[in-house]
Amino acid sequence: MSEEILSEDDVKHIARLAALRISDDEVQTMRRQLSDILAHFQTLAELDTEGVPPTGHTTDAHSVMRDDEDMPALNREQTLANAPFVDGAFVRVRPVID
Amino acid sequence: MTDTLKSTYMSARELRAAYENGETSVREVVAAHVGRIRDVDGEINAYLSVLDEEDLFVQSDAADAHMRDGNASPVTGVPFLIKDNISTTGVRTTAGSRILDGYTPPFDATVVSRLKTAGAIVLGKGNLDEFAMGSSNENSAFGPVINPWGDNRVPGGSSGGAAAAVAAGEAVVALGSDTGGSIRQPASLCGVVGFKPTYGTVSRFGLIAFGSSLDQIGPIARTVADCADTANVISGRDPLDSTSLDFDFDFAERLDRDITGMKIGVPREYIVDGIEPGVRAAFEASLEVLHGLGAHIEETSLPLTDHALAVYYIIAPSEASANLSRFDGVKYGMSIDGEPNARESIEATRGEGFGAEVKRRILIGTYALSAGYYDAYYKKAQQVRTLIRREFQDAFETFDAIATPTSPTVAFELGAKTQDPFQMYLSDVCTIPINIAGLPGISVPCGLSDGLPVGLQILAPQLGDRTALQIAHAYEQTADWQLRPPSL
Repeated sequence: MSEEILSEDDVKHIARLAALRISDDEVQTMRRQLSDILAHFQTLAELDTEGVPPTGHTTDAHSVMRDDEDMPALNREQTLANAPFVDGAFVRVRPVID
Repeated sequence: MTDTLKSTYMSARELRAAYENGETSVREVVAAHVGRIRDVDGEINAYLSVLDEEDLFVQSDAADAHMRDGNASPVTGVPFLIKDNISTTGVRTTAGSRILDGYTPPFDATVVSRLKTAGAIVLGKGNLDEFAMGSSNENSAFGPVINPWGDNRVPGGSSGGAAAAVAAGEAVVALGSDTGGSIRQPASLCGVVGFKPTYGTVSRFGLIAFGSSLDQIGPIARTVADCADTANVISGRDPLDSTSLDFDFDFAERLDRDITGMKIGVPREYIVDGIEPGVRAAFEASLEVLHGLGAHIEETSLPLTDHALAVYYIIAPSEASANLSRFDGVKYGMSIDGEPNARESIEATRGEGFGAEVKRRILIGTYALSAGYYDAYYKKAQQVRTLIRREFQDAFETFDAIATPTSPTVAFELGAKTQDPFQMYLSDVCTIPINIAGLPGISVPCGLSDGLPVGLQILAPQLGDRTALQIAHAYEQTADWQLRPPSL
């Protein structure tokens, strides 16, 4: 078994960045699996990419603008229909500032 | 075969002919499909929801009206399954995830509204790997799909429900999505045809996003012609998807041209170490057939193929980690209540709502994009993506098309790869490079190995979709197995 690329603290840190609560068991499993997967990525380092432009998108579409026209949008009822917690005309969430 | 079963195993073109000759009606065909789903889907689990009878009758009558008025299209009255990461107004859309529990889209994806306008019948929504992440359909929160060709075999993924339903006579055509092979690989494993068009030819509006620079919607069907006809209906520039392309061609227009003199390259890197002997034999036999049809077959090399998997598993999870940040339990879907603050509530909801593979990919993507690692992973992968694109562009200077196996293996057993994520990722080794380069690709059945289907993949340059379809169609005409129903 190669040395693992990620530590437990690394996994917890990434999970925090991703707003993902994971259990202690998951931290262990993810540490092992993610380290294994990341090890396979190291092959890219063999390739010389000096001066090669990155591809974000494979077609030559550039920023596309359209006219600013009024279009039908969802009404309030439709917008709120899927919200788990609704209070009157609002979506209810837990306190944002403690 | 009974008459009812026969109508559920027709191609869309055969079905259209039967409508035009007055041999059957839309209501009759829709009823046969509902019956078929009721009879076999308990075993297959291809559908996550089926529309109720009343809704199906309304759709059937609309299709009949299209035909009466002389407005029939190639999909009018044709029963479709829609993969459940494609939004359908008023019909639950799950993306195979618990996190969308209770969510019903208030709008249709552009592909769905185009199908409806053309008179197609939407039967229901298809099972998939959660958020289209997987190669076996075992990552669905609603249980795996079983391959109609074999006991205890996976259908492939992530459009496993789509491919299995077409193979099992539960739909005539299905819409899937393909980010790294999710249309072509399950089509290969289920013995049906799967077509991923050039990136940008089909609008992604209403497709629940996974890897936005890779995702593409396309058809799974029993014939190449049905794939081409469906692509014609769902494709085209859409103001709601700024990456959709303006182009003007008929996907079906070259189907009947012969392929004499066409140059087809066979890159040796796609005969990977783990390829099964039966898959290799079926693939090599299909090359003989193409040669017999007049094509020039020549071995070639695409050395960067070996790096495509790493590029994909950096770029796709990076894009996914951003796309899936929207699932926070605030505006829709499941939500864990009772946490002290919004941050904790979001973390708890995502921790409960996402399955293991989705979490793995969010974490990989977040890591690859995080400070200090961005250059080594994400930027590096994007640069190698450029090199892979160039390698394909160079190959298409010499060749009209490229032929490869679609999958190195036939359908494997449930559970065979679930403990080792990287082994599962290798299932897509032949399909992933195509998404990286934005190319069109099609998988067409090319025989059986140990009684399970093998797929031949044909690739073409960007917007060369007609070439891929033409070659696949020519090949298909020589084969006799594509409509053979599995013994259900």
